[in-house]
Amino acid sequence: MNILIDVLPVALRAMVPITLAAVGEIFTERAGVVNIGLEGIMTLSAFIAGVGSWATRDPWLGVLAGLATGAVLGLVHGFISVCLRGNQVVSGVGINLLGMGAVGFGAWALWGAKSPMLDHSFWVPGISLWGVNFSPFVIMTPVVVAFTWLVLHKTALGLRVRAVGEAPVAADVVGIHVNRLRLWATVYGGALGGLAGAFLSLDWLHTISPTLPAGRGFIALANVVFSKLNPFLALVGGFLFGYFDALAIHLASVAGFGGALPYQFIRTIPYLVTLVVVALAIGRARFPAALGQPYRRE
Amino acid sequence: MRVVLESLGALVLGLVIGALIMAVWGRDPWASYRALFEGAWGNTRALASSVSRSLPLVLTGLTFAIGVRAGLFNIGAQGQMIIGAIVGLSSALLALPAGFKLPVAMVLSALAGVLWALPVALLKLLRGVSEVISTIMLNWVAHWLALYLVVRKLSDPVRGERTFQVPVGMRFPLIQGELTWALVVSLLAALFLYWLLWYHAKGYEIRAAGLNPKAATTAGISVRRSILLAILLGGACAAWAGAIQVLGRFPYAITSDLAILGSLGFDGIAVALIGRNHPLGVLAGAFFFGTLATGAARMGLRGIPIDMIQIIQGVIVVSMAIPEAFRLLRVKKTSVPTKGKS
Repeated sequence: MNILIDVLPVALRAMVPITLAAVGEIFTERAGVVNIGLEGIMTLSAFIAGVGSWATRDPWLGVLAGLATGAVLGLVHGFISVCLRGNQVVSGVGINLLGMGAVGFGAWALWGAKSPMLDHSFWVPGISLWGVNFSPFVIMTPVVVAFTWLVLHKTALGLRVRAVGEAPVAADVVGIHVNRLRLWATVYGGALGGLAGAFLSLDWLHTISPTLPAGRGFIALANVVFSKLNPFLALVGGFLFGYFDALAIHLASVAGFGGALPYQFIRTIPYLVTLVVVALAIGRARFPAALGQPYRRE
Repeated sequence: MRVVLESLGALVLGLVIGALIMAVWGRDPWASYRALFEGAWGNTRALASSVSRSLPLVLTGLTFAIGVRAGLFNIGAQGQMIIGAIVGLSSALLALPAGFKLPVAMVLSALAGVLWALPVALLKLLRGVSEVISTIMLNWVAHWLALYLVVRKLSDPVRGERTFQVPVGMRFPLIQGELTWALVVSLLAALFLYWLLWYHAKGYEIRAAGLNPKAATTAGISVRRSILLAILLGGACAAWAGAIQVLGRFPYAITSDLAILGSLGFDGIAVALIGRNHPLGVLAGAFFFGTLATGAARMGLRGIPIDMIQIIQGVIVVSMAIPEAFRLLRVKKTSVPTKGKS
C-alpha cells in the first residue's frame, strides 16, 4: 500500500498537463469552439520550449516560448474555425499531425536526433517550500484554475464568453462581438496547452519527442467531459487522471513489481482508467448549446 | 469537379509549405521534390513500390471514410491496424494446412479488428462517449499490448530486433518489385464499400444517418445500427491494413519497436479527406501518399528526414478543414460535422 502514497509527488506533476490543457479547453468550449488539437499543441510547444531554453540559456524564456507557440496554434485553429467557419474536428486532427511531424523534423534538423534528452541546465528550477522541492508548475496550476474560474463566472467578460457559446445570436443582438471573443477564447485555450507542453519538456520528462504527450492531450479532453466544464472539477479530474498516469510510471519503474505484471501492461493503466471514467461520467456532462457550430449573421 | 480542385488545392498547399520549410532550412526544395517524384515514379520498380505502399493506406483511409459517412470521427484505425498486424502474424505462424493459412490469417485478423472496434461502438451507443476519446485511448492500449507481444512472445530468438517471420508459403505472392497480390485485398475492399454505400440499402442508411440523423430516424432508419456497422466495418478494414503490411511486405515480420507499422492508421485520415471520404477517392488519395512515402526514402538520401511527409500531411488535413465548410454553408447547416456527397 506504501506504493499508493509514494506515487503522490509524481501524481502532483502528472496532474499539471492534464489540468492546464483541460482548463484551457474548457474556456474555449465555453465560447463554443472545440479544439481537439491539444495533443499536437502540447507536442510542438514542448519542442519550441526546449529550443527556447536551449537558445537563450533561460528556462523561463523557454516556457514563454512554449506558451506563445500554443497561443499561435490556438490562433490558427481559431481563425479556421471561427473566421473561415471550417470544420473544427478536421482542423484539430490536422494540428495533431502537424505537431508530430514538425517536432520529428525540427529535432532532427537542430540536433540530429528525434528524441533528444534535455540537459540539466535547460530545466525549470524547482521551488523549495518547507524543505520540500516543488515544481513551480504544481503551484501555478491551481492558480490558473482559480483565475480561469473567476474570469468565467465572476466577470462581465466571462458572462460574454459563455453567452457566445450558448446563444450566439442573442449575444450578437446585444452587441457582443461573437467571433472576436471566440477567437480569443481559442487563443487562451491554446496558450494553456502550450504551457502544458513546456511543462512536459522543461520540468517533467526532460526530453523532446514527436509523441511526448503520449495521449495526455486527449486525456485532457476526457477531463473536460469529466469536469462538466467546471475548472475546479478539472483540477480534481487532473489529479485523478494524473494519479493513474503516475502510478503506471511508478509501478513500471519499481523492480519488484515489474515481474508480477509486464511493464507494457502497466503502461496501459492511464488509458483504461480514462475510458472507464469517461464512460461513467459522460451522462452528467452538459455542453454549450452552440458548441462546434460556426456563427454567421443572417 | 469542384471537389477535385479543392483536394488538389490542399495537396499543392501542403507541398508549397513543405518547400518553404526546406528553403528556410537551407535545402533546395525543387531538387528535393524532383528526387521524391523520381524515386516514386521514375521506373517500373519505383512505381510498383509506390502502389505497394499505398495498399495499407487505402484500407485505413476506408476506415476513416466510412466513419465520416455515418457521421463519425473514427480515428481508431491506428490501434485496429496494430491489432490486425499482430493477429495476422500470429495466425500465419499457427500450424494449419498450407493452402489455408493466408485466408485464415486474413479472416482472423479482420475479426480481431472488429472486436477491437466494438468497445468504441458500445461506449458511443450505450454511454454517449465520443469516439475521438475512446479510439485514441484504445490506440495506446493496442500499442503497449503489441509491444508486449512483439518483445515477449513473438520475438525471434535469432534476430532480436524483430518477430518470427511469416513462413514463405503464407506470404502474399509478389507481382512486380515490392508489389504483392495484397493489391487485390485493398482494391476489393474499396470496391465493396463503394458498392455498399451507393448500391445497397445498408449503405444508403449509413449515408442518411451521417447526413442528417434526425431525418434518417424520421424515415425509419436505425441510426444506431448504421453507426455500429460503420465502426465495425472500419475495424475490419484497418486490421487488414496491418495484416497486409506484415503478410505482404519485407521483412514479413514486425520490428520490435513497431516501426514497420509506423503511423499507417493516422495516415488514413489524410488519405480519406483528400479522397473526399469516397471509396474511389480514397484509392487516389492513398496513391498520392504512397508516392510520398516511397519518394521520401529518396529524399532521405538527400538529408531530409521522413517527418517532412508528416508535416505536408498535417498542412493538407488542416487546409481540408476549410473548403468543407464553404460547401456546408451552401447546403445549409445541419447538426453533424464533416459530410457532403461527392
